[in-house]
Amino acid sequence: MRLNPKISEKIAFALIGVSISIVIFAVTVILYYIISNGYSAISWSFLTEMPRSRMTEGGIFPAIVGTITLIIGSMLAALPLGILAAVYLNEYSKPGRFKWTVEMAINNLAGTPSVVFGLFGLALFVRYFGFGPSVIAASLTLAILVIPVIIRSSQEALLAVPMEYRQASLALGITQWQTVKNIVLPAALPGIVTGSILSIGRVAGETAPILFTGAAYFLPRVPSSIFDQFMALPYHLYVLATSGLDITGTRHIQYGTAMVLLLIVLGVNSIAILIRRHYRKKLRL
Amino acid sequence: MTEKLIKDSDIAIQINDLNLWYGTTHALKDISIDIPRNKVTSLIGPSGCGKSTFIRCLNRMNDLIRSCRIEGEVLVDGENIYDDNVDVVELRKRVGMVFQKPNPFPMSIADNISYGPRIHGEKDKKRLESITEEALSSAALWDEVSDRLSKSALDLSGGQQQRLCIARTLAVKPEIILFDEPCSALDPISTAKIEELIMDLKNEYTIVIVTHNMQQAARISDYTAYFLLGELIEYGDTEQIFENPQEKSTEDYITGRFG
Amino acid sequence: MVFKRQHKERLLESTLFIVSSITIIILFLICLFLFRDALILFRTESLIDFISGSFWYPTSEPPLYGLLPLLLGSLVVTFGAICISVPLGITSAIYISEIANPKIADFLKPFVEILAGIPSVVYGFFGLVVLAPYIQNLLDLPTGQVALTGSIMLAIMALPTIISISEDAISSIPSSMREGSLAMGATRWQTIYKVVLPAALSGISAAVMLGMGRAIGETMTVMMVTGNAAVIPGMPEGIVESVRTMTATIALEMGEVPMGSEHYHALFAVGSVLFIMTFLINLIADLIKNKYRFKLEGS
Repeated sequence: MRLNPKISEKIAFALIGVSISIVIFAVTVILYYIISNGYSAISWSFLTEMPRSRMTEGGIFPAIVGTITLIIGSMLAALPLGILAAVYLNEYSKPGRFKWTVEMAINNLAGTPSVVFGLFGLALFVRYFGFGPSVIAASLTLAILVIPVIIRSSQEALLAVPMEYRQASLALGITQWQTVKNIVLPAALPGIVTGSILSIGRVAGETAPILFTGAAYFLPRVPSSIFDQFMALPYHLYVLATSGLDITGTRHIQYGTAMVLLLIVLGVNSIAILIRRHYRKKLRL
Repeated sequence: MTEKLIKDSDIAIQINDLNLWYGTTHALKDISIDIPRNKVTSLIGPSGCGKSTFIRCLNRMNDLIRSCRIEGEVLVDGENIYDDNVDVVELRKRVGMVFQKPNPFPMSIADNISYGPRIHGEKDKKRLESITEEALSSAALWDEVSDRLSKSALDLSGGQQQRLCIARTLAVKPEIILFDEPCSALDPISTAKIEELIMDLKNEYTIVIVTHNMQQAARISDYTAYFLLGELIEYGDTEQIFENPQEKSTEDYITGRFG
Repeated sequence: MVFKRQHKERLLESTLFIVSSITIIILFLICLFLFRDALILFRTESLIDFISGSFWYPTSEPPLYGLLPLLLGSLVVTFGAICISVPLGITSAIYISEIANPKIADFLKPFVEILAGIPSVVYGFFGLVVLAPYIQNLLDLPTGQVALTGSIMLAIMALPTIISISEDAISSIPSSMREGSLAMGATRWQTIYKVVLPAALSGISAAVMLGMGRAIGETMTVMMVTGNAAVIPGMPEGIVESVRTMTATIALEMGEVPMGSEHYHALFAVGSVLFIMTFLINLIADLIKNKYRFKLEGS
């Protein structure tokens, strides 16, 4: 039996409509549960106090500080390396075996499970370099995790800079590096910033890479040196939800932690998306 | 014939047996031509004839294309620019270029002009300002933009942008300026302004211009070279080329019988 | 001065060259450190026993390090996730790039990006406290922490990857193809189904591969919602029983093993298997993608 094309189109579009509705519904439900339950848990004291009574009461201050420390530490290492690598790949390197190998490596690192990065960080930074479980070991592990992300997004941003700008600058008798520094990088900056901010969101939310490289189950203080262990929001949430002292009794703390984590990550991502929209409009000019 | 056309003392660029390949495509074949000082020389020919490729050899912009291989000599003031010890950056300071599509940087008008001199080491603010004014005046743009120098160059019209690009090139004080179809993206009024400007500039600069517009070549140039399929077919005094071409294919092209 | 400047440029270029080889160095180091610690296991254990062993009892006496239950656990959960997310993802991509009006599409795209940004531990938390009890009640199970719950959560997490890459593939099809089909009197759906989708097929396949890589490598979510019972899942009832994936095993046990012990090296061996699997998946996705790029450039 052959259906009338118009009818089959209606059926197909209806099914597609159902499918996209399911996707939207799933996201909405997740956000709704976290936000509606987390909203009431969050208060000034929740954000600024230490956990008390073996984490069944009190706030999440050290976890917030820990997560921010990780963001700063990993970005300090990953941003310069990632951006400069992208500059070389886009502005200097010729197509060939080297470039092919680098891009293959980037693609594969981007798809490597985060728990594998955790193992690697444990073997290299914690044991081989002897940092022990620490802020620095975890930051470097996370940096390695996001370097491919930063290289990719920076490459995209550099690629979007019109070739004419480079030609014009070179034709004025300006060296390649000066051209990159004065023309190409400033023009690519919004894109690079967007990519970097998105990778901040990634760092803030990752748990598996820090499990064995420095996250502490409970540590009622902020880290005092880069060789200190630390608490972090995602790990704190995991601990409370699966192996805390009173799992069902501390649901409100869990929701609150999830909410704070979500706010940081989504807040950071929204800023990135807004920046990109703003500059896309401008560049179209 | 070419030898007689331009006296040795008047030659700004001398090209000897230039060959160029893109990968395996032989894009320029045995080009030999002398470009005279303080004159406008135009390069014409159907698209794909190699005229744009050729002009890009004169300040080594083809270096940017990876599969490109060049043989032969390009002498600027007697020095072969393809010698190993030649500094491309220095060369491009002396041989400036204006492109087909206006390509101002996404900066203010003033910054566009002062960009070159500043990077070449001019730090004095007063000097930079006077260089900017001078360059914009020479490009006949000063009167139109003097009250909005700090505005974005991207807000200018296409014709103004192209004159800005010319001014930007002038600010580096080159000896030779290459124009690669500078008017193809512009309206007739802007085109007329640029043509006028080019004719003024030849008093101080040697000018080579690629154009697909024969009337333009006839109007502004002193000498004309006709390219076809990567070969230089005919080169001579513009009047002679247009009124009394020696080669059949030149005549065909000029009379519009070509393709 | 010219000389000095050229030197400076050269120096900069070589510095940048070294920096850009960092990804190769990292990949090399990962292989080195992962495989080195994994290979130590095979001094005392046979490789065959590891790969074909049906029991993972690392703390029994003698300890058994059989990969099979973990590998199958990963495969069951991933397979379930792909079954759910591929149809949803591809149809969503079709909707966004072919059917939705531009305003809605402009709203949906950042929405998908938000989905990608939610941390896996938050998904895991949601799965644990909301979805697992729901599944338990719905199917009347002894526990809701089963493979199915993991599959559903992983499906949601793989969606952004599948949607955004499929959408790229679909929107890179030149509109002349669509116009050609519509001009012959085909409906929009016929055009999508017969012209656009076949042309975008390899891009979509790459999206599916990458989504699969994402699902198989996901750790926190599956660890929180699949119950982590290290037994070989039965068929088909395994889908509603607790399973334990390779990733969850590493994450759960690494914190408690003495460094340098046999168990420690066994976990590195599991990590190596995981790494090799995702490496191959990524490589295949890469090859598919390159093929389709050449095809489009050729036309």
